[in-house]
Amino acid sequence: MATAPPPPPNRRRWRPRLAVLGLALALVAGACGGGDDGDAASSTSPGGGAVDLTGVTLDVSAVWSGEEQASFEAVLAAFEERTGATVRYTSTGDDIAAVLGPAIDAGSPPDVAMLPQPGLLRDLAAAGSLVAVEDVVGALVDEDYAPVWRELATVDGTLYGVWFKAANKSTVWYDPAALETAGVTPPETWEDFQAAAQAIADSGTVPLSVAGADGWTLTDWFENVYLRTAGTDRYDALSAHEIPWTDESVVGALTTLAELLGNPDFVAGGPQGALQVEFPESVAQVFGDAASAAIVFEGDFVAGVIESDTPATLGTGADFFAFPSVGGSGPAVVGAGDVAVLLRDSPGGRALLEFLASPEAAEVWAGRGGFASPNQAVDASVYPDDITRRSAQALTSAETFRFDMSDLQPAAFGATVGSGEWKILQDWLADPSDPGATAAALESARQAAG
Amino acid sequence: MPGRPPAAEGRGEVAAPARPGVGAGADPEGAGPTAEARARRQGRRRQVTVAAVFLAPAVVLLAVWVAWPVVFTVWRSFYDAGGGDFVGLEKYRQMLEGDATRRAIANNAVWVVVAPTLATGIGLVFAVLTERIRFGTAFKVVVFMPMAISFLAAGVIFRFVYEGDPDRGLANALLSGVVEVFEPPGPYPGARPSVPGALTGDGDSGFVTAEAYRPPATVRLGLVAIAPDLVPADAEPAAVPPPPPPGAVGGTVWLDFTRGAAGERGAIDPTEVGLAGVRVEALDATGDVVGADTTDEAGRFVVSGADDGPVRLRLAASTFRPPWGGFTWLGPSLVTPAVIGSFLWIWAGFAMVVIAAGLSAIPRETLEAARVDGANEWQVLRRVTVPLLWPVLLVVAVTLVINVLKIFDLVLVVPPGSVQDDATVVALEMWRVSFGGARDQGLGSALGVLLFVLVIPAMAFNIRRFRSEQQ
Repeated sequence: MATAPPPPPNRRRWRPRLAVLGLALALVAGACGGGDDGDAASSTSPGGGAVDLTGVTLDVSAVWSGEEQASFEAVLAAFEERTGATVRYTSTGDDIAAVLGPAIDAGSPPDVAMLPQPGLLRDLAAAGSLVAVEDVVGALVDEDYAPVWRELATVDGTLYGVWFKAANKSTVWYDPAALETAGVTPPETWEDFQAAAQAIADSGTVPLSVAGADGWTLTDWFENVYLRTAGTDRYDALSAHEIPWTDESVVGALTTLAELLGNPDFVAGGPQGALQVEFPESVAQVFGDAASAAIVFEGDFVAGVIESDTPATLGTGADFFAFPSVGGSGPAVVGAGDVAVLLRDSPGGRALLEFLASPEAAEVWAGRGGFASPNQAVDASVYPDDITRRSAQALTSAETFRFDMSDLQPAAFGATVGSGEWKILQDWLADPSDPGATAAALESARQAAG
Repeated sequence: MPGRPPAAEGRGEVAAPARPGVGAGADPEGAGPTAEARARRQGRRRQVTVAAVFLAPAVVLLAVWVAWPVVFTVWRSFYDAGGGDFVGLEKYRQMLEGDATRRAIANNAVWVVVAPTLATGIGLVFAVLTERIRFGTAFKVVVFMPMAISFLAAGVIFRFVYEGDPDRGLANALLSGVVEVFEPPGPYPGARPSVPGALTGDGDSGFVTAEAYRPPATVRLGLVAIAPDLVPADAEPAAVPPPPPPGAVGGTVWLDFTRGAAGERGAIDPTEVGLAGVRVEALDATGDVVGADTTDEAGRFVVSGADDGPVRLRLAASTFRPPWGGFTWLGPSLVTPAVIGSFLWIWAGFAMVVIAAGLSAIPRETLEAARVDGANEWQVLRRVTVPLLWPVLLVVAVTLVINVLKIFDLVLVVPPGSVQDDATVVALEMWRVSFGGARDQGLGSALGVLLFVLVIPAMAFNIRRFRSEQQ
């Protein structure tokens, strides 16, 4: 993936476990939905604007639930208002592949799905499940998006989607009061980070809150360190599995990471405790009522969780610093995103996809917070606060940008609960003493995933 | 097996009515067609047609929803992940050699042995006891109530019950109440020496000074990593006690941390406070405790009794004992027992109700006779009630075995993602490999076939019982 300073990439899949409920619902919706093709007015106008889609019902699936679902539904409501269409949203829970797969097999996929992984986009495109969208959003993508976003939605030269939401996953969130008590300032280098963690521990607060129950948070830790220690070439090579996971750069990154996460005094609850903590809880451990830790690392979407789930106020009670440089590395950002794809070709679906590619759609969610758009045409003033704006802009000022590596892996390796990279890094967190064995396990799991 | 002979008889009886009919039809035919015979044959044909019409919907539905999926699953299990290539028994080999699938099979074995046995046992105990108590019916209703909750919802409930933090998880909250009576948490859990090396050891065994002090001496022992809310509100600025009398060692234990890390390590800075309630012990050369004192609000202590030479000081482990953290119920080692616990919560009620129904059908006289003969209640239960109830217990247990073999929802919902792999069972694994990241429906089908094969003995047993009961 080429270096692309400008727009932000995105976040992903922290969803409470309850979202399995969504799975059942999605199957039902998948089975009932559809059958509305062809009854809509044709034509495609910019921004999905003036098309009259009265009476058309569209199904949309994404992994978002809770707060994010509400925000996305607000975007869909704006589309409904413009076109008169009815859009039904279904949250698929963590594992969108497990929901879309059977729905596609059964011939009743949703009209539009928001895929959180480019790997899934590739898989579905290769299986012929996606509609090519060059004629729908190609021009918009060229006009308003940096080239990397077209690249990331292209399989074998054909454009299959448009990136709607992006996230900066190189943000480290902290409680300013805890840092002040410990007498430390936000660290800029890995050494500073360790010294700060030690000082915070001495002050009587646990420095780090780690969501070990969700394997993806650990992959994000690893990727940020790996991008900084191994450099972009190796990052790309490892992403494509051109070098094995047993490469010394992987062992080195794990060893570096263990300097922080391997210290039981630095991790809230110790490693075993951390393995029971899911992402929302890890944020609450820093910013909640019974806060016990000072720092939690995850992407910019943490801001939304802080606002909705904790009493802390962004800016004064919660702030972020960029993931520190390791060994003199320049500003680098790991990101992720959600790409809108068309699974059923219909005028309604096309209009919706076009709408999602427009700045108008992005601005609806941007105004609600917890969102950054890769669309350069989005007005930065719509971001509700300074933190969101800063985190969105951190992406554009980064020297290096790389897509979240686990999102580029086959889902069996990079995005499956309880197996592959997630599970192996969880085992590593429980016992980080043998990074070589962890690297070997990663390599064999990567090979098994094909 | 008591079921055998009646079952054989049953088959005989079903077959019996057909034989005279066939015989009656065959005889006249041999003698040449008569009007009567033709009418009878037409009647039979009509009967068959009527039967076929009535049976057809059921047969079609069975074929579509049961027979075909079974056949398709078996067929699919011989093909690769994509379904394109025939791979023979390869998927079965993968199933038996894969780590996750083997763990799933092993876990399922644990489930099948433990869960039905315990559920039946608990159900039996509840059924027998509710017969004796006044509000037995109310009790039964309460125990049976979880049956009305879906497995998914019950799983979510138990996710909270098993939460590790005793402040949130019910299971650990109950246990910590008991544990902390015997091992009260110390005032400063997690504290560490401020100057590394000055004190050796750790919080579990207590910190011991590296240096030995010849009395009279004054010692400063700084600690850090104490959460601000653990420092007593009435703590006074750390102060050094006056020089101790001969044979005594005095000193200060204080929080060697100034807000903003402004202070100097090892020195008592102006705003640093003493730590009250720390037990300081003097150890002689052999390690025996020769004297002890507890620090006051300014952190001062004076330990006397060190007349015989240099002593080391130990900060007792009880000072640093953390509050009991609870069991990690949903960690790799306890997760399967924990999930089985949630299963029992749901199914013990079912076992109890069925067994109670069986219990009410037992002739009271037998129980009375046993009691009159001098048997105690345990003997009555073991030697009379259980043998009489045996058929019912067996039916309950077998029904639960079938249930347990296909257990899925609880195992999906209760364990966090980090231990799903440790808790996995065949049905969950089937779903994970078929529709998870790998999407290997060949392997998933092989697991489905395995599940099917495992269920067959239990089903056969139930069918046979059913037949013998029809007698």
